[in-house]
Parts: sequence; C-alpha cells; structure tokens
Amino acid sequence: MAELVTALTVFALAVFVGFEVITKVPPTLHTPLMSGSNAISGITLIGAIIVCLVASSTLTLVLGSIAVALATVNVVGGFLVTHRMLAMFKSRKKD
Amino acid sequence: MENLLYLLSACLLIIGLKMLGSPKTAVRGNAIGAVGMLIAAGVALLLSRDAGGAPLEISREALIAIGVGLAAGTLAGIIASQKVQMTAMPQMVALFNGLGGAASALVATIDLFNKKAGSSVELTLSVPAALSVLIGGVTLTGSAIAFAKLQGLIGGRPLVYPLQKPLNLLLLLGAIASCCWLAAEPLDSTPLYCLAGVAAILGVLSVLPIGGADMPVVISLLNSYSGLAASAAGFVLGNNILIIAGSLVGASGLILTKIMCKAMNRSLANVLFGAFGKAPEGAAEAPATASGGTVKSGSPDDAAMILDSASLVIIVPGYGMAVAQAQHATREMADLLQKNSCEVKYAIHPVAGRMPGHMNVLLAEADVPYDQLYDMDQINSEFSQADVALVIGANDVTNPAAKTDPSSPIYGMPILDVENARTVMVLKRSMNPGFAGVDNELYGRDNTMMIFGDAKETVTRIVSGLKDL
Repeated sequence: MAELVTALTVFALAVFVGFEVITKVPPTLHTPLMSGSNAISGITLIGAIIVCLVASSTLTLVLGSIAVALATVNVVGGFLVTHRMLAMFKSRKKD
Repeated sequence: MENLLYLLSACLLIIGLKMLGSPKTAVRGNAIGAVGMLIAAGVALLLSRDAGGAPLEISREALIAIGVGLAAGTLAGIIASQKVQMTAMPQMVALFNGLGGAASALVATIDLFNKKAGSSVELTLSVPAALSVLIGGVTLTGSAIAFAKLQGLIGGRPLVYPLQKPLNLLLLLGAIASCCWLAAEPLDSTPLYCLAGVAAILGVLSVLPIGGADMPVVISLLNSYSGLAASAAGFVLGNNILIIAGSLVGASGLILTKIMCKAMNRSLANVLFGAFGKAPEGAAEAPATASGGTVKSGSPDDAAMILDSASLVIIVPGYGMAVAQAQHATREMADLLQKNSCEVKYAIHPVAGRMPGHMNVLLAEADVPYDQLYDMDQINSEFSQADVALVIGANDVTNPAAKTDPSSPIYGMPILDVENARTVMVLKRSMNPGFAGVDNELYGRDNTMMIFGDAKETVTRIVSGLKDL
C-alpha cells in the first residue's frame, strides 16, 4: 500500500509539472511539441526491456522483443521526426 | 544508483519538454529529451534489479530478444522518420502513437504472464495492469483508424449507423467490466483476451464516427492516452520513470486537445460524440453551385492582372496547398508581388493543415519568412483593407456558414473573414466540399473568383502571368 501511495504521489506531481511545462507554448511549435511528447511516451521502452530481463518463458521473451521493437520505433521515429521539423525553423532563422 | 540515474533521466525529459516550447531552444530540447531517454534505456538494461534488490543477471536469450527488438525498432524508426513527407506528419504521429500504446499494453500483459500460476497478485498491481491493457489497446486501434482516415485509406467522412451511441456506451461498460474481471483474476488468460478484444473494438468504433477534419483533436487525445498507458505500466512495474514520463505526456496531450477544441469553438464531448461533418442526405455527391449563387471562374491570367494592381494581398493557405506541393511556387509569387511594392501577408487559421502549427511547419519548409505569418485574431480585421484574399487549398476555415447558418455542422467555428476582401480568389481542384463535408456558400458570392485546377500549376501560371505583365 505504501508503495502505491508513493507511486500515486509521483504520478500526481508529474501531471502538474506536465501542465505547467506545456501551457506556455506558441502555436507554431504545437506540431513539433506533439511529436516530441509522443516520442517521450515511448518511455514504455524501459518497461519492455525490464520485462524481457525477467521473462520466464519463450512466449514472454518473444512478446517482450516485440514490445521493445514497437516502443523503439516510437522513441527513435518520434525524436527524429521532431528534429526534422525543428531543423526547418532553425535554417529559416539564419536568413 | 539506478534510481538516481532514473531521476536524472526524468529531469532531462522535463527540461527537454520545457525547451521544446520555445523556438530558440526547441532543437536542443529535443536532443536533451533523447539523451534522457537513452540514459533511462541504458539503466534499464544494465542496472535493473529483481524483486529482492539483487542485480539481475542478463540471460543470453533476453539479450538477443532485446537486441533484436532494439535493432528492428531503430531501423524502422529511422526509415519512417526520414521518408515521411511533411504533409503526412499527422498520420505519422498517429502511427508512432499507436505503436507506443501497443507496447504499453504488451508490457502489462507480459508482466502478468511472467507471474507464476497460483502466486497471489495484489490489486495494486492488477488494476493498473488492466488499465494499461485497456488504454493501450484503445490507443493502438484508435490511432490505426486515425492513420487510415488521414492517409485516405478509408473515407474521411464520419461513419454513423443506428444505435451507435448506445452501442458505444455498452462497449464502454463492457470494457469496465472486463477491467474488473481481469483485476480480480489477473492470472487467468480469458479475461485478459476479453479485455484486449473489447479495448480494440472500442478504439475502432469510437474513432470511426469522428470526421476527418477532427482527426487532429483525436490524435492529440490519443497522444495523451499513450502517455497514460505508459504511466499505468509504470505502476505495474513499480518504475518511477515510466510513471513520470507517462503522466507528463498525458498532461501535454490533454492541453493540446483543449487548445484545438477551443480553436474550433467546440467542446471535447461535441467532437467525440457529435458525428461532426455528417453529410446531409443526398448532398454528398452533388457538385452543386454553392447555395444558389452563380459561381464565377477565372483563369490564372485574370488572377495575375488583378494581383498586379493590388497593394495588400492576404494569402490563406490550407492543407490543399501542401498536398499539391504549391508552397514553393506560392512563395515565389509572394516575392514577385513584394517587388511590385505590394504587401503580402499569410493568414494562418488555428486548425489550418491537419494539426495546430502544421501550416507553420509547411510554410517554414518553403522558406516563407516568419514575420509574414499572422494568426487569425491578428489578421481578421485586415481583410476589409485587402485588395485580394487568395485562398489556396483551404475551404472550411473560410466558410461563412460557420457564422450565419446554425444548422451547419461547423457553426460556431471561428473563421477567416476572407469575404471582406475586395476580391476573393479561391484556388481549388473542383467544387467538391472540404474535409468537413460541408458546401461553402462563399464560392457563390459576387466578389469571389474561382480558379479551378491543381494549386501548384495554377500558382506557377500566375507567376509567369505576373512576369509577363
């Protein structure tokens, strides 16, 4: 129970941090922000790696490998796509 | 040690997200976020401990499984991110999102599979596991439908059928019931499959009735869901970094969703359950002269002549411009007009393109200077002074019915007042209605000139027309 309360505390505080961090973004950056935060949701990769490490059967190992792959696409693709979009804004600034 | 590194990673993710919010720091912010993610992944791989607190031995099999997954995912991610067109960005985000949701659902599932039969699983673990499967499943199939709609694989029009709302409500109740069942019997596979199935159907059926024009809102909401699914998986594994990063994304998706709904002057409930853009019976295929008025069409040369004598031109770019890849030609035209001492401004509707800010990205790609872009609130009063409002591939955001016709599905959405300009030029493929499936009475107005054809070709011909004058 104590662990759950700690986890809930972390959860609640992180939600408030999320609201505060994000409310002041100019509309121009909403699309990159969406894809950037989408990349962060690929954090589930960490979970996928951990369940692989403690996998107890071939089935869970295979499923774990799939989970790692899916989450990695989310992370790698998300960050790269965000970078591509932002790079365009940046190159414009030099003109 | 590993918890300290996770804390560092969480801080980097938060700082990265914060920096993504300002144009000057966004590139670095994205990189910092990526570093945070890399650290977390490294810690998970090298410093994980078992339930007793002893360092985990990495078996060869586990190493292969993780290695294969990482390699395949990295390759696919790199290829997808480099190949995707800027116009297709929204569905790309939808796709990535769906995969993330699926991964979270899988993580919770595998964790349950890993528990030995007969061992006791507490509610503090089984409830978040059930939530993770439910939210992850809805995210996966909902994102898939959003992707299919934006990619044009299935029609953008909302799909409605009798008893839809009762059926969806029933499904939702079914999902809650399956959740409770799985939470009570976490080691039984029947409730697990049942919940996964119901979640998948729920995702499909809740996105299908939503029109293509509302997909940005849906994607943003699904982005929030995928974060919550990751967060729930974090509760299952007792891992703080998953909880923190997941809820960060959950909050950000919700904020963006709110902003988008506000731009369309509608409530989230209305978007999700309103079956917006439902085509009026029989009106769907009629290439009608809009609302009785006579439609006047002109040639690119006619347009060039009018533009040549204009002193203020406001360009209203829409998704159609981007699809036709007309943004570069448009900028060339704008350059010519400016040499002609004509002032050129771009009016950006909050939902122009397919996501908020999408049009800004597309125009930045074509090197259109920042300071020529104006938000709707800044520019709307200026249309009355403009000689020409040049609408390129935009439709619904210029439709006066949003102000005048309470029966219109887009009634109440703030629009760009292009009708106030002396001449309104509309570059459009045909008279077909826009993404929302609504006719535009603007096209029948006296001061409106329609120029039919491919936007890129039309603009290119206007450019050569301007050069010849």
